[in-house]
Amino acid sequence: MATETQELQVREKQEVKPTAEPTKPGLMFTPAVDIFETDREITLLADIPGVKVRDLNIDLKESVLTLSGDVAPFEGADEQDILVEYEVGRYFRQFTIPEVIDQSKIDANLRDGVLRLTLPKLEKAAPRKIAVKTA
Amino acid sequence: MVYTRRFDFPAWGWRSAFEEMDRMKKDMNRLFGSLTGRYSPASGSGVFPMLNLTEDKDRYYVRAELPGVSPEALEIHVTGKNLSIAGERKISAENAKYHRREREAGKFSRIIGLPGNVDGDKIEARLTDGLLTVIIPKAEAEKPRQIQVK
Repeated sequence: MATETQELQVREKQEVKPTAEPTKPGLMFTPAVDIFETDREITLLADIPGVKVRDLNIDLKESVLTLSGDVAPFEGADEQDILVEYEVGRYFRQFTIPEVIDQSKIDANLRDGVLRLTLPKLEKAAPRKIAVKTA
Repeated sequence: MVYTRRFDFPAWGWRSAFEEMDRMKKDMNRLFGSLTGRYSPASGSGVFPMLNLTEDKDRYYVRAELPGVSPEALEIHVTGKNLSIAGERKISAENAKYHRREREAGKFSRIIGLPGNVDGDKIEARLTDGLLTVIIPKAEAEKPRQIQVK
């Protein structure tokens, strides 16, 4: 496939300025996401390198989906910077989900720094095929 | 002495003094990039992946954010003072209707020159939660030695 042989380009991490004043100091970044939808579910993939399961918060309230993840400091105490090309901070992003989601069946999976969130649509929101009968 | 060594790498910023200037430069680049429609790498070499390099007394630490890259898809080599990191990030296409597609797949390779001599036999690389950490012990001659005053 053509997309697989291309060279990855550097993309700077997108910093976000929070709307409310944050209580914790530190930078906040927007994770890159893929969102796709089938008849049954909406799937969201987000790149959140450095976030561990216990530091990840996913919240769906009144059709607003909030992702936030803290990155625990991983540098040793007496390490000194020589070269800094990227900065580390929390991840935060919100989405409005127009569909009715079956909250009990939401599935989240974090692997190698990628979150895979499956949001199944409520049964009644799934399209039902209506057979047209001929007289 | 420390400073002369660091001036060998003019493109490198170090956090304490120049962080704020780097941030301003980044912001300006972003602004002009959006006006001209041309992407300009804001910091570092503009080669994927972006790297952070730190050191302590005995080791260098090279870190990169590589979410979704499996350890098998990474190749790390050391030749003399040069560390090369190459690999491929694969994203399988889903048979669904995409609303957003911001994550990118592709191959990458980058070589970084380390500031001092290293012990190539004891290098350790770890990939956890999408973070790559390469721990490179300094060569014995590079380590600071405390001199006892008699």
